[in-house]
Amino acid sequence: MIDPADDEATDIVPRLEAAVQKGEAALDRFVAEHEFPHVQGRSVTFLFCGEAQEVTLHHWIHGLPGSLPFRRLQHTDCWVLQIDLPAKSRMEYKLGVAMFGRGTLIRDPLNRHTARDPFGANSVVYGEGYAPPEWTVEDPEARKGTIEERHVESHVFGDWRPIRVYRPARFRETRRYPLLVVHDGFDYLQFASLQTILDNLIHRLELPPLVAILTQSPDRMHEYADDERHARFLVEDLVPQMEALLPLVRSPAARAVMGASFGAVASLSTAWRHPGFFGKLLLQSGSFVFTEIGDHDRGPVFDPVVKFVNEFRKAPGRPSESVFVSCGVYESLIYYNRSLVPLLQETGMQVRFREAHDGHNWENWRDRLREGLSYLFPGPLWLVYE
Amino acid sequence: MLSTAILLGPQRHVPIVREAVAAVVPRDDRRPLAVVTAGWEERESEDQELREHVQRPVKNLEVWARVERIFDKDPELLRAMRSRHDRLRTVQELYRLRLQGLMDPVKELLRRTGDDDLLAPARHDAMAMVHELDEQHVRRVAAIHAEFEARWHPAARASVQREKRELHRHLESASCLLLAGGHVSVLLHRLRLFDLFGLYGDRPVIAWSAAAMALSERIVLFHDDPPQGSSYAEVMEAGFGLVPDVVALPHAKNRLITDDPLRVQLLAQRFAPAICALLDRGSRLDWTSSRWRGSPGTRRLTESGAVAEVGE
Repeated sequence: MIDPADDEATDIVPRLEAAVQKGEAALDRFVAEHEFPHVQGRSVTFLFCGEAQEVTLHHWIHGLPGSLPFRRLQHTDCWVLQIDLPAKSRMEYKLGVAMFGRGTLIRDPLNRHTARDPFGANSVVYGEGYAPPEWTVEDPEARKGTIEERHVESHVFGDWRPIRVYRPARFRETRRYPLLVVHDGFDYLQFASLQTILDNLIHRLELPPLVAILTQSPDRMHEYADDERHARFLVEDLVPQMEALLPLVRSPAARAVMGASFGAVASLSTAWRHPGFFGKLLLQSGSFVFTEIGDHDRGPVFDPVVKFVNEFRKAPGRPSESVFVSCGVYESLIYYNRSLVPLLQETGMQVRFREAHDGHNWENWRDRLREGLSYLFPGPLWLVYE
Repeated sequence: MLSTAILLGPQRHVPIVREAVAAVVPRDDRRPLAVVTAGWEERESEDQELREHVQRPVKNLEVWARVERIFDKDPELLRAMRSRHDRLRTVQELYRLRLQGLMDPVKELLRRTGDDDLLAPARHDAMAMVHELDEQHVRRVAAIHAEFEARWHPAARASVQREKRELHRHLESASCLLLAGGHVSVLLHRLRLFDLFGLYGDRPVIAWSAAAMALSERIVLFHDDPPQGSSYAEVMEAGFGLVPDVVALPHAKNRLITDDPLRVQLLAQRFAPAICALLDRGSRLDWTSSRWRGSPGTRRLTESGAVAEVGE
C-alpha cells in the first residue's frame, strides 16, 4: 500500500501534515524532495518554514484580498497556504513575515524563480503549463544586434537626454529600416529582455530588421502623463534627429511607438496629439483610467491621465493606423484597457487586443512582445527559408 | 525535368554541400561551381563560408545584383515587376481568405470519430475542395505571370539579354550549379527572369532550402506556429517543376509540429501523392534514375499522421 505521504497524486497539504506527524527529519526530507511553491493542477501550495508569528502572501492580483494568511502546521514553525491559480498564469508575490508586531516583506526562500523590476525583485509562481517563452532566452544561433548609448538634444525640454540605439545584426547604412521608439526603453532592456527578443525575432524572421530607439524619461510620472512637451519631444526632436543620423524609412507606416503602464499613456497621447505621425502603436497595460461620473481615486498623479483619457474618449480621432493592446487580467487596469478596445476599433484603426493571465509587471510585458511586435511589423518568415 | 538533382536542408551550421558536390562532380574536375545566392538578397556576395566549405573554385552568378542593375537601367521594367508583385500579394491574400474557410472543416472532419462510411466521403470531398482551390490559385498566379510576360517581354529587353549572355558563359564553364536558399519569391522570380535553367540545361543541380522549394512543382509556404495569423500551409505558386512529386519543407524542426498527427495528416494528405520531405539540417534527397532516395535521417510526413524515413 502506498504511504499517503508518498502519493504524488493526492493533495500535498495532507501529505505535508503526515510528514509533520513523523517528526522533524521527515518534514525536512519532504520539503527537500518537493518544489515549493507546489503546483498541482490549478492548486498552488506555498510553504514558509521559519520563526514567525504571522505569515501572509502579498500579491498584486486585482480582486483578491491584498494579503492572504498562511496557516501554521501544528507543532512546527512551518506555515502553509493553498490558493487557486489558473493554467498558464504567472503571479508575482512576496511573503509578509511578522514577529512581535513588526512585519517584513521578503522573497519566498523556497522559490528559485524571481522577477526583477526597477524596485527590486519579487518571487514568481508559474501556473501549470506556463514556462518563460523560449524566444525570450538568448539563442546562440541568433546574430546579435548592437546597443549604442547616445544623447539627443531636446529643444522642447531645453536639455540633453540619454537614449540607446538598437541596431539589428548585419546593419547596413545602405538599407532603410523601420523605427520603433520605446518608452522606458532602458527598463525594457533590463527587465523585459528587449535586446534578446529583438535579436531572436529578427533571426527567426518574425520581425524585419529594425532600429529601436530606447528612451528613458527623467520624470516619467509627469512627462508620460499626457505632457504636450513630451509628445513634441518625440515628434520634433527625437525622430527627426534619428532620421538624420540613421538610415530609416521616413514614413509613418514604418514608425512605431510603444510603452507600458504610463509609457502606454505617453504613446497614445503622442499619437493623439500628432495623428498619423506614428503609423503603429504598441500599448501594454496602459494606465488608461477614465471617469464617467465623479472623480477618480488613483491620486493626483493620475489627474492629467484621467483628463486625457476622458478627452480621448470623447474625440479619439484616428491617431494611428494599427495598434496592439495587451493587459493582464489580474491588473486593476484590465477594465480600462477592455473599454479602450472598441473605441480604438471605431476609429478605423487595425486593432489587436490580447489578455494574459498575468499582472502589471515586466515579464507580462516581455511575454507579449512577440505577438505585438510581429503584428505591427510582420517579418519575412513566411517567405524566407535559408 | 532534371536527370540529377540533390535537395538539401539548411546549410548555415552543418553544411553538407561538399559531399553532395562530390557525388556529382569528379574530384579532379577543376571547373568552377556556379553558385546562386540571390535568395540572400543584398547579402548575396557574403558567400565566403560556402567557398571555404566546398573547397573548389566557385563562381557566384550574382543573380540578385544583376537584376538590381537591370532595374537601374530599365525603370519601366522595375515598375512593371513591382506592379506584378502587388498583384501577386493581393491574389495570395484572397486565396488565404478562402483557404481558411476550407481548411477549418477539413481539420474538424479529421478530428471527428464515428461512422467511417459517412466520415470518409465527407473528408474526401472536403479535401478535394482544398485541392481545387490550390490549383485555382496556381492558375491565377500563372495567368498574372503570363500577362506580365506578354505585356513587358522581359526576355527581349536589352539589359536582360546582356546579363543572360554573361550568365550563359559562366554556366557553360561550370561543373555544377548550386542554389542556396533564402527568400523563395525573390529567388524564383529572379531565376525566371533569366530562364536560368534553360541556359544551364539538363546537368546536375544541388539546391537547398528555398531553392529546393523553387525546383519543385508546387511551392508550399508553411509554419505551424507563426507569431500571428493563420497556420495553414499555402501554395505560393508553381515552382520550376524540375523535380517531380516532392514538396520541400525546409527547417521543418523549427516550423512544423510533427508530433501532432492531425497536422501531419493535413499536410501529407493535402499534397499527396507528392512526398512531403522534411529538409532539416543534414537532410539530403537525391533525384537520380527517375526516383527519389533519401539519406539516412531524411524524413517525410505520412498520410496516416506519422513521420517516416524517406529511404530508398
